[in-house]
Order: sequence, then C-alpha cells, then structure tokens
Amino acid sequence: MTAVEAQPMDTKEIGRDRRRKEDARLITGRTRWTDNLQLNGMLHLAMVRSPFAHARITTIDTRAAEEATGVVAVLTGEDLADTQGACINAWAITTDQVTPAHPPMPVDRVAFAGETVAVVVARSAAEARDAAELVEIDYDELPAALDLKEAAAASAENGGALAHPDLGTNKSAFWRFDSAEAGTGGDVDEAIAQAREDGVVLEREYRQQRLIPAFMEPRSVVVDPTGEQITVWSATQIPHILRFALAATTGVPESKIRVIAPDVGGGFGGKLQQTPEEMIAFAVARRLGKPVKYTETRSESLLSAHHGRDQWQKLTLAATKDGHVTGLKVELLADLGAYVALVGGGVPVLGAFMFNAIYKFPAYQFNCQTVLTNKTWTDAYRGAGRPEATYAVERLMDELAAELGKDPLEVREMNWIKHEEFPFTTVAGLEYDSGNYEAATARAKELFGYDDLRAEQKRRRDSGDPVQLGIGVSTFTEMCGLAPSRVLGQLNYGAGGWEAASVRMLPTGKVEVITGASAHGQGHETAFSQIVADRLGVPFEDVEILHGDTQVVPRGMDTYGSRSLVVGGEALVRAADKVIEKAKPIAAHLLEASIDDLEFKNGRFGVRGTDQGLAIGEIATASFAAHNLPDGVEPGIDADATYDPVNFNFPHGTHLCAMEVDTETGETRMRKYTCVDDIGVIINPLIVSGQVHGGLVQGIAQALWEEAVYDDSGTLVSGTFTDYLLPTAADTISFDIDHTSSPSTTNSLGTKGVGEAGTIASTPAVVNAVVDAVRHLGVDDIQMPCTPERVWKAINTAGSGGETVDAAVPHLSTEEGQA
Amino acid sequence: MTRINLTVDGMKVSDDVEPRMLLVQYLREKLGKTGTVVGCDTSNCGACTVHLDGESVKSCNVLAVQADGHDVTTIEGLAKDGRLHPVQEAFRECHGLQCGFCTPGMIMQSIDLLNHNPQPSEQEIRVGLEGNLCRCTGYHNIVRAVQYASGQLVAAAGEAGGVAEEVTPA
Repeated sequence: MTAVEAQPMDTKEIGRDRRRKEDARLITGRTRWTDNLQLNGMLHLAMVRSPFAHARITTIDTRAAEEATGVVAVLTGEDLADTQGACINAWAITTDQVTPAHPPMPVDRVAFAGETVAVVVARSAAEARDAAELVEIDYDELPAALDLKEAAAASAENGGALAHPDLGTNKSAFWRFDSAEAGTGGDVDEAIAQAREDGVVLEREYRQQRLIPAFMEPRSVVVDPTGEQITVWSATQIPHILRFALAATTGVPESKIRVIAPDVGGGFGGKLQQTPEEMIAFAVARRLGKPVKYTETRSESLLSAHHGRDQWQKLTLAATKDGHVTGLKVELLADLGAYVALVGGGVPVLGAFMFNAIYKFPAYQFNCQTVLTNKTWTDAYRGAGRPEATYAVERLMDELAAELGKDPLEVREMNWIKHEEFPFTTVAGLEYDSGNYEAATARAKELFGYDDLRAEQKRRRDSGDPVQLGIGVSTFTEMCGLAPSRVLGQLNYGAGGWEAASVRMLPTGKVEVITGASAHGQGHETAFSQIVADRLGVPFEDVEILHGDTQVVPRGMDTYGSRSLVVGGEALVRAADKVIEKAKPIAAHLLEASIDDLEFKNGRFGVRGTDQGLAIGEIATASFAAHNLPDGVEPGIDADATYDPVNFNFPHGTHLCAMEVDTETGETRMRKYTCVDDIGVIINPLIVSGQVHGGLVQGIAQALWEEAVYDDSGTLVSGTFTDYLLPTAADTISFDIDHTSSPSTTNSLGTKGVGEAGTIASTPAVVNAVVDAVRHLGVDDIQMPCTPERVWKAINTAGSGGETVDAAVPHLSTEEGQA
Repeated sequence: MTRINLTVDGMKVSDDVEPRMLLVQYLREKLGKTGTVVGCDTSNCGACTVHLDGESVKSCNVLAVQADGHDVTTIEGLAKDGRLHPVQEAFRECHGLQCGFCTPGMIMQSIDLLNHNPQPSEQEIRVGLEGNLCRCTGYHNIVRAVQYASGQLVAAAGEAGGVAEEVTPA
C-alpha cells in the first residue's frame, strides 16, 4: 500500500466549506426519526417507573391496567426475567470491580427513582400511558445511598446506606496510575514533600456537578419481530454495539438481529448506551410477536437516560516558587449512580491520562474510586473524563498564577511542551504526536485583545466598579480518536477501537461508501464525501455515504470519543486506496500499457507520456461487465478496510474568556469568548465551526447553568426542561474562533478530532474568568454552576473561598481505596 | 370525539379527535406530518413550533380542537414548487443545524420573528428565539442564518472561522 499512499492526491474538496448533504431533508421535515416510524399492527409501550430511589417491590397489581381499553398486556420484571437479557458493563476497570447485576426491569428491588418496574403494551401510546397510571405497586422503602461522599464511606459495618445491600459496599473499583511505578516520571509524594519545604503546594477540591446530556431527540425504539430477522430501530449512537449486546445477553443469534439507527437527533454520549428500554422493547416484541414502539417523554429522558460527570476532585499541586510544576496528585470520587453503565467507571479513567494536559509535569499520580449510589446511572457525556481532567488542571494553573502573582499564560508557558519537543512522551505515558501551543496561544491573544482587556480589568478594579471584569484561560489538549485496540485491551475494555469502511464502485460510476461510524448530527455524509471525492477523484455529488444499519454496514464501532474522522476517516482513505490498487491492473490491461507506466491522478489512470487514460468510473463499468479483464483478476473493484489506530489523537487549543461579574448581585455576563483550536488538517471548516460553537456552549453551560439536582429522598428535582437549565439563544453570545494547524502524524489526512474539543476546553475558561473577576475580593473558587446566588455568596463569604473548601475530604489512602 | 375541520399545509382536512389530543399529536399521528417533532413535555423546547393563521405557536401547547377552522403551516408546507423558503435556505447556507431535530421549530420561529421584525439586531434575534432550544449549534450559526435570511449577511466561503460576514454592523 505504500505505493498508493505516495500517489498524488488532488485536494480540491478537503478544506472546502461544502454545505451539508444532510440538510435538504432536515430543513424540509423529510426526516426519519425513530418515533416517525409506523408499522402495521404496531403496539405502543409505556413504562411504569419507580418513584423511590431505593425500595423493595412487594406487590404489583396489574389487573386494572390489563382491563383498560386498548391494553394488550402488562408485563413486569418477573414476566420478562428469562428473556429480557441484561444491561452490560463493557469496561470493568479493575479485575475486582464490584458490578451489580443490571436487569433491564428489576424483579424485586429498584435502585433509583425512575427505574422501570412494569411495561404496559397498548394499541396507542395514549392508551398505554393511561393504563400505566392504573398499575398498582407496593414498595417497602430502603435506605438510599445518595450523597457521593457518604456513599463512599458507607459499609455494612457502619450502617451507612448501601445502593445494593447484597454487595456489602458502595465502592465499585479503585484505579490508580502512578508515574513512579509506571516508570514515566518521579514520585509525586516526594515532589509534594519537597515543595512543602521550599516551594508552593496548592490543595484544592473541585466539584464536577452531575449533568444531563439532554440531546434534543428523546430516545425512541421500534422493534419488529415479524420477519426472519428481528429489526430494531433505535435513536442510538451505537447500532453495532447494541446489536452485539442484544445478542450476547438474550441468546438470540446475532445474525437474526438487525439494528438501524435512522436519523438520530443528537447524542453527546447520552445515546452511547445499551438501554433498559431497548431491552424491554426487544423482549416484549419477541413475546407478543408484534412490532412495538417506545418513545420516552422528556421527563422520562431526564430521569432515566444516563447522566454525566459527577465527581469530587481532590487535587494537590506542587511547584517551585518560580512556577515550575513539580508534581500533581489527583484523588477522585466518581459517582456511578445505581449501576455500572456500558462505559461506566471507564469515564473517569479516560481522564486519567489528561490531568497533566499540555504540561511537562515531572511526577503525577491519579487515584479514582468509583462509587455506587441510588441515583440515575452515569456514563459518557461529551468529553467523558477529559473535561473533568481539563477543568481540574486548568483551574489549578490559574490558581498557581494567582498564588505567584504571575499572568496565567506565563505560568502555563513555563510548563508546557514546546513545539520543537514533539513527539513528546508525557508523564502519563502517552506520546503526543504534534502540537504548537505557542502558536495557538499567540493567535488567541491577538484575536481576543488580551492586553486591552487586562487593562480594562485593571481600570475597573482601580475605580471600584461594581461590575468587575475577569479573564479566564484554558489551554487544553485531549486524547480522542478512541482508540488503539491494544491499549483498550490493556485497560480491560471489552472491545476494540478500530473502524471499518467499504467503497463500492457502482457500474454507473457512482460511489457508495459504507462507514462503521454512526452519525447523529455531525455531518459525516458531507465530510466523508469530501474525503472520498478527493481520494478517488470523483465528484462530491457522486459519493453516497451509508451508515447506521448493521445490515448495510456489517462491521462498525460507531460514533463517540471524537473518533469518526480520525479513525473512521482513515479507514475510508485505506478502502479508497485499495480500490485504486484493484483498478490499476484492469486499467493497464485496457490501456494496453504496463502498470509501471500508469499514474492515478484526478480520478484518472493515465499512461505517462501520452494523453491516453481511463477514469476510475470507466474501470468500474468495465469491471462490472467483466468482458475483458486480465487473466486471474476477479470482477469488481470494491474494497474494504479496517483501521486500528496506532495512537490516540491530540487536538489542542487556547481558549480565552472574558466575564463581567456584578459584585452586588452575583450576576455574570459573558463579554467575549475567543478560541484557537489546533485540530490539524480541516476537512470542512463550516462543519468544524459548528462543532466548536456547539461544544463551547455545552461546556459554558456546565460552568454557568446546568446541574442535575436530587432532593434528600433521591428524587430528581431538575426533571424537566423548566428545571434543568439548557442555555437558550438569549443566554449565549457569538464566538470568535480560529485555527492553527499542526497536522497529526498518525493518520494520512493529518486530522484531529473536534467533536468534544469545545466542551472540554470551555468550562474552566469560564470559571477561571468568573473567579478572576472577584479574586481581589478574596474568592478563589466558586462551585459550578456559577449561579448568581453562588457568586454572591462567594463574594460575601470572601476569604473562605465559597463552599467547596469546607467540604474537603481527606486524601484517599491506598488501603481505603482498595478496601 | 370532536369533529374538526382545518387546513394544514394548504390541504383541507377533517377528522374526529379526542378533545385532549394536542395539535402536534394530530399532525404527527393522524396526518403523518412527522416533520414536526416533539422534544419535551413542558413547552420549553419549541421543536414542535408551527404557524397557526400565520403566527408561530408551540403545537404541543394547542389542542387539536383549538385549530378547528384555522390554517396550520408546518415545516413541510414551506417549500413551494420545489423551492425552499428563504429561511430554510439560510439555515442550510449558514450551517444553522446539525442533528436537525430542533430545526423545524427553529425555522418556523425564525420566520415568525422576521415577519414581525424584518431587520432584527443580533440581540433581537436571540431574544426572539429564546423559546426554542438547540443542543448542537450553540446558536451561533442559527443567529447567522436569521441574519442571512434578513439580508444582513452575505455568505463568505472558505473561511475557517465562520461562514458569513456581516453586511451592516449589528
């Protein structure tokens, strides 16, 4: 393949801001959301959900519901116990991880408020929902493990509430990385001890509040068992993984299951799940032999679809007095909720390699205790582990700068990897292939007007302006492009991280491209068409991208972790290159030329030194007819490729945020947000801008507005869009974005992932800005979301630093963690 | 059951509906107008926005019986003779959508906004779309799309940072 890779590639499509192919149907309402599907004889499901966080189910009386008009069946966990399969955890982060069994519908005990206890099947969704109200369930409430810290401390011996009493503990797994043990750096405790003698030690505790992915399309699933195969349509990011999980846990042969993800309305990690609702619908359809549909309400979605984040982060940073960081120790408590979800405890582990970020820390230790509670289960939410890490380290770098009286960018530059030092092996053991933090930062400062805003900040401070200005910095990197299969294996993840692609050369000259990535808003159909059009030299319009159907796409690892372009895109390139390789001998034969005299350029095989040539489409036609092929060459020039990445992918960027804070009311207002992201080679600038803008707002929303809140009895009180504050257009501003480019060296296009970048970077930039605005009043932290109330309280309890420091827990000892 | 007669996307329709049936349920379930979608159950998200006699309404907040005798336009009724409505075109041109789930409501609300205020400032656009949630775009390019549709922007191709440049200062 080396020869093919050396082929000159015309790049007239790559880098062009093509308008999206997807849009024509989406702007006219010609959409295929799962809930739009109607099948003959289709029945509708309604879930009966537990109002209690933790309770024993004593009796379920379904008689009244069964007698209601239109009701076909009412089924409980007991009815489906043998056929419903199980919700799996694909990543036991340690070999001794405590993992509660997760039946889609429990038989005798509920572990969070919102868990499904019974399902009503009726002719219409309205009848199903009406009848769900008639199901009588008696519960015996059990003590609920709700607070993360209390749950971590609870045991059978001390009488603390246990999320699953039979397990005897709420501690699921303890995971550690230590640079001294790994041989990638020094001993962090020694670095801290040394800094206590002659340097600076910062100890902080930060809260990553619980968030809800809140994709706009509620989850929906349709299961049709009436053919030879059982067809499942689902609003999912992961049709292939879902198909595997359905087969593996129900015993239905994988070959009898087809999963289709039609138009999917956003995911952000929230649809990276094998859900109880999918399993229940599958079991009901099989039992009744009729197609069924379940579409959740928004309230059900907020209540029972997995949540994200939810950590306490205890951090100890050691540095010299001039600002060189000498060590970072991280101790996390991570709330799993009631079950260990598909990725589950792996989410904080995805952050384990990122707390050292872009910096050359000589010593590093990461400890994470995952904890079970009686709240909604948690799993991936945009960034998954990396926003948490980035938040912690970028908040700390601002704190270090404040401690030393230096500019936060100066302290960062003292510690970051210089552009000439790439490739660079970090203290966490990862090799960063490329980057240029200096260039991105210089451009961001210029675009932001950094010096002018600092001058304004000083003016306001000097004049005692009630509205103070703060400037927040976040120089982030992340690891994306999940992931090299070998590394996933070493981390005990249950699957690989490759991606598959096929290129089908149709006899009419059109090109069908099959990708194992499963888009849900990203614009794969457009960006992937651009890549293939350039590689094969065919018109953009002639390329059709097919995805999201296990029957059309036999192999795939789906879409999450900013992997579609950097892993899936590379698979496309390799499949296209194989097509060219297969076409070449046929072209030589038809042109009566030697293969060595052929060159492939702009979609055409030309004979060097002549004007003779054939377009790749003509070879496709000739190969289809197969009338005149070289001896031993089979008809068809289609090709498949599966790409297993050699490394993670490391986009980075410099984000600068200016926040105005009204010191009298605590109200905050975003004044300016500038980011310069280095995502290597850009395929479609328009799509990239959208990914960045949307990512920014999700990260900003964590900083300022969003939080999933439970009351003392374990009821989610932010269970509607009235209470869970998604930002609106009126809450947000226009952003200034730009890019620098240091191409990735680990994929042939030089691309880096961008799907999560904005979310990972923006949260600390905003909080740093808010804190910076009021730091002179004695504030050094404000817990997220930085609501006016919290900002006001922080100012008015100045000196105590708000509420997080008082809540600090002791460091986890090794013994504690492993107990 | 109550008999209702109304016009939807130019077609006269007549049906017996339950008094409690929402307009959005009528559109989706009875008429198959699935271009209009349901994103929440508290009338916060605006994904179901349609026009009732030319004014935007959240169709989850209107009973089907209330639409009796009225004229409803959905996202599916905007394009005429294969030509997109200028606001549809603007959303495509300015990349004002990603997953597209909020898009029908967002476009219907944007049209209503421009009907009332043909040259809105950025702030007026933002306030005018406050009742419509989008989780993908961060609203940046939705605002650009409305500016573009109102003639306040021209598209600027090939720019890494954004899609359109302002014609007049906001």
